[in-house]
Amino acid sequence: MSTVLKVDDINVYYGSIHAIKGISFEVNEGEIVTLIGANGAGKSTTLNTVSGLLRSRTGSVTFLDQDLGKVPAHKVVTKGLALVPEGRRIFQQMTVQENLDMGAFIRKGGNIEEDMEMVFDYFPRLKERRWQIAGTLSGGEQQMLAMGRALMSQPKLLMLDEPSMGLAPILVEQIFEIIQNLHKAGKTILLVEQNAQAALSVADRGYVLETGKIVTSGTGAELLASPAIKKAYLGG
Amino acid sequence: MEFLSYLISGISLGSVYAIIALGYTMVYGIAKMLNFAHGDVIMIGGYVSFCAMFYLGLPPVVATLLAVLACTALGIIIERLAYKPLRSAPSLAVLITAIGVSYFLQNSALLIWKAAAKVYPPVIDGSAQLFDGQLKIPYISILTVFACLIIMAALSLFVSKTKMGKAMRACSEDKGAAQLMGINVDATISITFAIGSALAAIAGVLMCSAYPSLMPTTGSMPGIKAFTAAVFGGIGSIPGAFLGGLLLGIIESMAKAYISTNLANSIVFAVLIVVLLVKPAGLLGKYVPEKV
Repeated sequence: MSTVLKVDDINVYYGSIHAIKGISFEVNEGEIVTLIGANGAGKSTTLNTVSGLLRSRTGSVTFLDQDLGKVPAHKVVTKGLALVPEGRRIFQQMTVQENLDMGAFIRKGGNIEEDMEMVFDYFPRLKERRWQIAGTLSGGEQQMLAMGRALMSQPKLLMLDEPSMGLAPILVEQIFEIIQNLHKAGKTILLVEQNAQAALSVADRGYVLETGKIVTSGTGAELLASPAIKKAYLGG
Repeated sequence: MEFLSYLISGISLGSVYAIIALGYTMVYGIAKMLNFAHGDVIMIGGYVSFCAMFYLGLPPVVATLLAVLACTALGIIIERLAYKPLRSAPSLAVLITAIGVSYFLQNSALLIWKAAAKVYPPVIDGSAQLFDGQLKIPYISILTVFACLIIMAALSLFVSKTKMGKAMRACSEDKGAAQLMGINVDATISITFAIGSALAAIAGVLMCSAYPSLMPTTGSMPGIKAFTAAVFGGIGSIPGAFLGGLLLGIIESMAKAYISTNLANSIVFAVLIVVLLVKPAGLLGKYVPEKV
């Protein structure tokens, strides 16, 4: 298994606030790796740093043997890294189709149409709503659209930031099912979640973040079974 | 017949406002800032085309092209030097900077071209005579209206169909998400300024041809009125800017004709206040349902 993403000792600040304190982790090809932790632990900050929206003062982010430290945010996606941001952030005033087109923005020609069909296979609801304005979709559908949009860039690593946020339990189940389907199709996924139970049950490996530091790591099953994790995140 | 002629002059004036308002609204939509220097770019466009025609003796088409080129470059430079460093600053700082740029342009023009008004040679002379000469429509009015319609149609197509246009809409909604898609936000904003300033140049030529007195402050009042038009129609909306500009021109022309020349501006702005009281988002402004 080759390493897709290697994050080494990153420190990120918001002004004088030290949000990420020397985090290191890696994601191997074909894995689902999850970062779990409470609000404010630094999960989203970590993802935003990897995708270039924020910068680390130290250390490095290496993606497929390339240093991302100097790559501007809008070039990161061309390297094969796609982020489904927290809160979905789809383009509300565009149609579903246009949102997916934007996902393929960096691609020139090729089999975009084919990939769109692939996205519609994963998310049949999107096909029904193809010409609808994205802002009129339900929360779950918007999450699906955000994921579909990210898939349109043909990422080698898909990063999901709290895909279950604000969704009804049945939808959370659906989203995680899709994540597992993507995993089976060979996609490498970095998943950030507050819903530790759901995240750990699909993840190969997990890291637990607390106030900007990694406090524990292990396989998904190990972490699920760990009494400390149970106490802190799974409600006893 | 009189009414018709006022209406036509109103539509023509409104078309100029609409062209300027399109620039305002695009820049606002994408950069989320009010570029109060936009009106002064019109004035620069007027002077550049004036110099090209008067001193260099170039034909109007070439002069217009030169003005477009000069203003496009000016727009990009203004954005780079004055606004880009303030990308993450509070919007008040950007607003004040824009006012500063406006004064800078006016006073630079004062230095270069002096305060005395120049008499602008119209790019097209004469008028069409209808109903046995009872109704005269200046060719410049016809040209202005057609220019406005073409620009409006071209912009709408550009924004809805082309990749660059879609990138602009993406930037206007969410710059962070646009970056994640691989869109270069800085370049997109530069292009927006370039388009807006090119439109300002065209507006400058058309406006000076219709009202041939050119001074360093020539652009400020139309600039503010076009801004009004953009807000009136719903700022950020391209059809809104078009509609707002047109209506404003007609209202102004009618007010001048039937009420009072001195009160015309007050009436125009009173209409703006009333519209905003009733429809705060403007005539075509959209409320977007937001899911959290």
